Amino acid sequence: MHSLNWIKQNLFSTWLNSIVSIVLIYFLASVIPPLLDWFIFEATFIADDRTGCTTEGACWAVVGARFYQFMYGFYPTEEVWRVNLVYAMLPFGIAPLLWDKIPFRKQFLFFSMAYPFLVFFLLYGGPGLSSVASNKWGGLLVTLFLGLGGILIAFPLSIFLALGRRSKMPAILTLCIVFIEFIRGVPLITLLFFGNIMLPLFLPEGINLDTIIRALVAVTIFQAAYGAEVIRGGLQAMPKGQYEAAQALGLSYWQMNYKIILPQALKITIPALVNTAIGLFKDTSLVLLIGLLDLLGIGRAALADTKWMALHVEVYVFIAGIFFIFCFGFSRYSLYLERKLNTDNDGENK
Amino acid sequence: MNQDSIIYFENVSKWFGDFQVLKGINLEVNKGEKIVVCGPSGSGKSTMIRCINRLEEHQEGKIIVDGTELTGNVKNIDTVRREVGMVFQQFNLFPHLSILDNCTLAPIWVRKMPKVEATELAMQYLKRVQIEDQVHKFPNQLSGGQQQRAAIARALCMQPRLMLFDEPTSALDPEMIKEVLDVMIGLAQDGMTMLVVTHEMGFAKEVADRIVFMDEGQIVEAKAPKEFFENPDSERTKLFLSQIL
Ligand SMILES: Nc1ncnc2c1ncn2[C@@H]1O[C@H](COP(=O)(O)OP(=O)(O)OP(=O)(O)O)[C@@H](O)[C@H]1O
Ligand SMILES: [Mg+2]
Repeated sequence: MHSLNWIKQNLFSTWLNSIVSIVLIYFLASVIPPLLDWFIFEATFIADDRTGCTTEGACWAVVGARFYQFMYGFYPTEEVWRVNLVYAMLPFGIAPLLWDKIPFRKQFLFFSMAYPFLVFFLLYGGPGLSSVASNKWGGLLVTLFLGLGGILIAFPLSIFLALGRRSKMPAILTLCIVFIEFIRGVPLITLLFFGNIMLPLFLPEGINLDTIIRALVAVTIFQAAYGAEVIRGGLQAMPKGQYEAAQALGLSYWQMNYKIILPQALKITIPALVNTAIGLFKDTSLVLLIGLLDLLGIGRAALADTKWMALHVEVYVFIAGIFFIFCFGFSRYSLYLERKLNTDNDGENK
Repeated sequence: MNQDSIIYFENVSKWFGDFQVLKGINLEVNKGEKIVVCGPSGSGKSTMIRCINRLEEHQEGKIIVDGTELTGNVKNIDTVRREVGMVFQQFNLFPHLSILDNCTLAPIWVRKMPKVEATELAMQYLKRVQIEDQVHKFPNQLSGGQQQRAAIARALCMQPRLMLFDEPTSALDPEMIKEVLDVMIGLAQDGMTMLVVTHEMGFAKEVADRIVFMDEGQIVEAKAPKEFFENPDSERTKLFLSQIL
């Protein structure tokens, strides 16, 4: 009885509502069963090549056959535990940055700071570990390395750039404006090419940056410039009185920004910041064009294999699914943050 | 400059672009003195008191606050700001911090006071302005009068030697003005040196040692309240008084 009431009140409360509901129900009823058939009931999950896919639905066997490459690229199998270790530690490296109420957060934060170095050591190799050049990396590994790496390193940089762009010191101001405007003025792909070809020319002889590091530099400065503009918008929205009260209390420039201005300015820029972060995460697939095989690159490689030819839909749906999981995660996190900051700070919104 | 002087203005001038806001201000305030500054809108009252903690920069003349001359020297500015508390018309509490955190922030970060000690100190001042039962609330959960009293407590937590008030009651509903003025009167009775920009002439009569009247960037008159109200020298003062009394 309860559910009947609910349906009546929510789906058929008015004429217009009823019509929309009926159309929607009809649409779902005609779309969902075939989709489920294709995805699951009529799909083939195990096969040796595409001729093994005899059913009507999706041929997921291609994903299974290429799963290793999707996750690790061409990372040597006997060393793959290193990548697995990096994946396994990722939640512990990131969680303390994302949530402030987890137990032992202080201790975990030290781990977060050590994590990037651990990642480099494990993935590249070093004392005690054989070296694995980045042309062997691929798939999700490259996507996460560039996407998450770029976003996390760029965040503090964008804060400094945004502050610099409001600086009273002409040298710093000019530097920040030129940097931001230049980076924002060119497409990411040019930065990637630029990083790949030009960066080595600027570096002293003998220092040879790996392709993936050049890509990381390009992705990071791109994101930093965009993030800086977003944060600058937040800074501009701050009332002058907040600066004056902080100064009158004797806070230094950095104390004022750290304790008073940034917490408020960042709060209002979270949605826009996450938006640029999601954009960047997806744009990392452009590294395909400088010869790195991210998820999309591996997918294209799979499609070029005669054994699995023409399974575009399956491959792209799978890749889209992985991207979606991460981007949806970002956007949920930003909602969580907004809500948390609102209840934390403004009694009104409780 | 005499021994007891805590604020010393000598021939201070300031321009906003081509517009001269302060025209050769001379003023000396002694320790413990209460000064009320009044004058028509745009006469430079805010600008003058904001020069005292360098929220505004003067271009000519000399300002010495508690023995420290205000120049471009950042160290000097920091020294002065630590000793000078300020209360604003719009309160300017930090909306993302609780009332208590608003108060302990500067003692902890600027005075490097341990948190426990800063909290104790803050509670003492919050009790004094009678909002000790609101300390865990956020600013926008308080009434205007409570917010302004919290702002006074926040300034006092730095244990300043001198307090500046820029129209502290102008943004308040009439029924809340008294609660803020009462706090200020209490402060004055405790011997705090105060410089108050206000049009509350009742407060001026009760508390001020001297009333400074400004017009068009100049100090037109500076006298004890009785003299000021009964015997103003200048026509401009008379006109002003006739408008507000
Ligand atoms: N940042 C600024 N830039 C340009 N002009 C300014 C600035 N601040 C103030 N002024 C001008 O300087 C003059 C004096 O301003 P000030 O705020 O000191 O006046 P006031 O006596 O406090 O007036 P009120 O009673 O309205 O607060 C005004 O004409 C104002 O327009
Ligand atoms: Mg004013």
